[in-house]
Amino acid sequence: MTANGRREVWFGQTGMLPARGEPRALGRQGRTVSGAAANGAGAPLLGVDGLSVRFGGIVALDNVSFRVDSGQICGLIGPNGAGKTTLFNVLSRLYQAERGAINFEGRSLLDRPRHVVAGLGIGRTFQNLALFRTMSVRGNVMIGGHCRGRGGFLADALRLPFVAREERVLAERAQRLMETLGLAALAELPVSSLPFGTQKRVELARALAGNPKLLLLDEPAAGLNHEEVDELRELIRSIRDRLGVTVLLVEHHMNLVMRVSDKVVALDFGRKIADGTPQEVQRDPEVIRAYLGGAL
Amino acid sequence: MATLDTSRPAAAELFAGLSLRTWKLVGLAAVLVAACILPFVISSYQLLLATQVIVYAVALLGLNILTGYNGQFSLGHGAFYAIGAYTTAILLDKTGIPYWATIPAAGMICLVMGFLFGLPALRLEGHYLALATFALAFAMPQLLKFKDFDFLTGGVQGIVITAPDPPAGLPIRADQWLYFFCLLWTVLLFLLGWNLLRGRTGRALVAIRDHPLAAATMGIDTARYKSFTFGVSAMYTGIAGALGALLAQFVSPDSFDLFLSIRFLVGIVVGGLASMGGVFFGAIFIEFVPNIADQLSKAAPQALYGGVLIACMYVMPSGVAGLVRGIGLRLKRWTAAGPP
Ligand SMILES: Nc1ncnc2c1ncn2[C@@H]1O[C@H](COP(=O)(O)OP(=O)(O)OP(=O)(O)O)[C@@H](O)[C@H]1O
Ligand SMILES: [Mg+2]
Repeated sequence: MTANGRREVWFGQTGMLPARGEPRALGRQGRTVSGAAANGAGAPLLGVDGLSVRFGGIVALDNVSFRVDSGQICGLIGPNGAGKTTLFNVLSRLYQAERGAINFEGRSLLDRPRHVVAGLGIGRTFQNLALFRTMSVRGNVMIGGHCRGRGGFLADALRLPFVAREERVLAERAQRLMETLGLAALAELPVSSLPFGTQKRVELARALAGNPKLLLLDEPAAGLNHEEVDELRELIRSIRDRLGVTVLLVEHHMNLVMRVSDKVVALDFGRKIADGTPQEVQRDPEVIRAYLGGAL
Repeated sequence: MATLDTSRPAAAELFAGLSLRTWKLVGLAAVLVAACILPFVISSYQLLLATQVIVYAVALLGLNILTGYNGQFSLGHGAFYAIGAYTTAILLDKTGIPYWATIPAAGMICLVMGFLFGLPALRLEGHYLALATFALAFAMPQLLKFKDFDFLTGGVQGIVITAPDPPAGLPIRADQWLYFFCLLWTVLLFLLGWNLLRGRTGRALVAIRDHPLAAATMGIDTARYKSFTFGVSAMYTGIAGALGALLAQFVSPDSFDLFLSIRFLVGIVVGGLASMGGVFFGAIFIEFVPNIADQLSKAAPQALYGGVLIACMYVMPSGVAGLVRGIGLRLKRWTAAGPP
């Protein structure tokens, strides 16, 4: 990436994130920014209850329960194969749960088709990238706003006034997100020509374009160097603080998870083995055993 | 990262002081003006061929929306062309509906047929979908010959229709009028298609082609989009069929054989998948190359045709549109490397 001596700026200036409510026409506005501790009481934003997932003989998730409150950054850790990505895929309705329930804003999620999840306010990135290969960076980010648009075949073909207006707002929003994430100079390039780390950033921009309430990040630090991880940490914080987005973060980078999270959930072989503050989880004997066992 | 260095803000792309967008608009206007002059400077026979080319362009755009943009294969679009053509022919033959009103009727019927065909096809992936559409095209000539429908379709004989007269007071020949009539529909359908493909729907279609699961995660109802796309695609091809019937003044089962569907597929691949402009090159190819091959080699015209096709794919693997895009890109790099 730096062959020509130019250091790629990882996350531009995080201060440039548009404050919640600025991009009006697309989606809900004026969500209150609740700090980490502000929402102790009341219903959780996300409630996972007794969730089990099985692939043939493999139990990928085994009776997992936890909650994430609005405004929290919740870390989700566990050794390889613990079931973290599986949990994300159930939340996205890509995988079918065998048992259990998921509540999002107090409503059941598992009886809804997968394409409504984004519209409910759950955005995500993918561990192994799931970008639209032939589209430009801009196209990918704009697709992220699909769930906030209304134009159907007829309205689009006739380019009705509301369609043109929505397109303009979405284009501005995408432009701002790309500037914030240091992608503006790459906007017209096909995503497939970009390095892995940059593609992960495009995925993040795409997820944010959907104006989510809950953001699922699957190993966003993979392939980043030390400095870039620091920038990522600030970015995740500012996504929470400035956009009011609740974050569920899957990450193997322990330093990042423990420093950025308000709470941490640990999985091992599909079972929840710990749930608490970063300090509590770090000291938990079962967590230590799971990780040491994995390292040996 | 050599690839990163080619990037520059879109606003800075200027050629001779005008933006790329302006150039494109100027080019488009020039093409339209030329298209309007064309029928007064070429022979009647050449005009017939030119009209057939723009009619094919509409049919190819329909197939390209489905296959190029949305990634659903159809080996059977000749069937929708046939349904459109027969709709117009039957309406003109059996009812007093004016000829121009039969075109939207054909479009609507094909929209519904395409949508219905697209529903079960949703469960079929890739090769299986291609086979299902192949079956449709395979069955079409025989369905049109079916005895019990004779009273409508005219059976093996088909239906003869008369060419529409130019509107009273317009001092042009009937074939010139038909050309303008087809041109009008072509421009209209390309405008609607351009709007459709550049916006939210177009992005959704490409997203479904590139990564269906990720598309669903973005909130795209993939099943709904795919079946609607099948309908819209069939509508375009059906309207082309209806215009083609007026042009040929005749429909018969054997003009809509399997080979027509294959030619459509050849057309979009030669022109360039997922390209609107490319379909015109594709239409020119499927209209002229078989004839040229016929003239050049009486013994083995089809072998020659196949040879030309292979050569085309070898020289332009992403069609004429891809070739033009590549030249444009090189031009851009070349002008950018010139004066600072
Ligand atoms: N589609 C699938 N089909 C079959 N088995 C699967 C599938 N997806 C996941 N699994 C299995 O489920 C278990 C959990 O996998 P998962 O990808 O959720 O782990 P993870 O915690 O994300 O691991 P990593 O940290 O390596 O990404 C593994 O044993 C995996 O092999
Ligand atoms: Mg994983």
